[in-house]
Amino acid sequence: MFKSLKITCDEATTICDKNQYGEASIKELIKLNIHFIRCRICAKYTKQNMALSKLYKGYSKNCKSIKHCLSSEEKDALKNALEESKQ
Amino acid sequence: MAEKIHTINTNKWIDNYADYLYNYAISRVNNSDLAKDLVQETFFAGLKSAKNFKGKASERTWLVSILKRKIIDHYRKINSKKGQAEVRMNFYNDGENEGDWLEERVPQKWDNTSETSIENEELKDQLEACIDNLPEKYAMVFRMKTVQEFETEEICKELDITASNLWVIIHRARTQLRKCMEDNWFNN
Repeated sequence: MFKSLKITCDEATTICDKNQYGEASIKELIKLNIHFIRCRICAKYTKQNMALSKLYKGYSKNCKSIKHCLSSEEKDALKNALEESKQ
Repeated sequence: MAEKIHTINTNKWIDNYADYLYNYAISRVNNSDLAKDLVQETFFAGLKSAKNFKGKASERTWLVSILKRKIIDHYRKINSKKGQAEVRMNFYNDGENEGDWLEERVPQKWDNTSETSIENEELKDQLEACIDNLPEKYAMVFRMKTVQEFETEEICKELDITASNLWVIIHRARTQLRKCMEDNWFNN
């Protein structure tokens, strides 16, 4: 039973990444916490990962506030290209 | 109640939908030239198949479905052999201690953790440089999930990938990004 809860560092960090989006399952979180008992490296990874998530969140907010538009020249060029292809 | 039948007016497409489609494309591919090409291809493809428009969906929904197809085609292209040949950093052992950290890739203690606000332009530039350094496939999935905050299901549907595939990509992207930020920001 306990063997099935043992995971590698690769698996542990994958769960940790998934958990940054709140999408890790309870079973995965149990496995992750058991892994932390014997692995300080993954515990450090998780701490740093959480700091990065905060940074990514701020970056996301910043990016989503930007509205991208085509210039009127680009729209005219697109209109012409479309007109030409109709003929 | 009678179902509304939508009509098509190709003369108004650019004015009505170009910006919407461009925004839609750029939030997925994060490359303005590529996004413009995808929008143009969408209009051309729409024009070519306008006779198949049944009017069940609005013009915009119909054009978006064409654009989605173009984005999947692009994703498949970068996920092809050429895309997979891009440099991928390995962080874990393959042999006897399979799945354990490679000694030289173990996370290091960070010296500079005082500045983590994205308002800091230098930090923002460094983060963007690290994302741009990722293999294109990883950068695209990471941006959709983390920057644009799309639902997992939506990304899987749009890119035609499984959820476990998505998490492997996110994991590889984040591991590589962590290392890049460690080398170029936190311990620089």
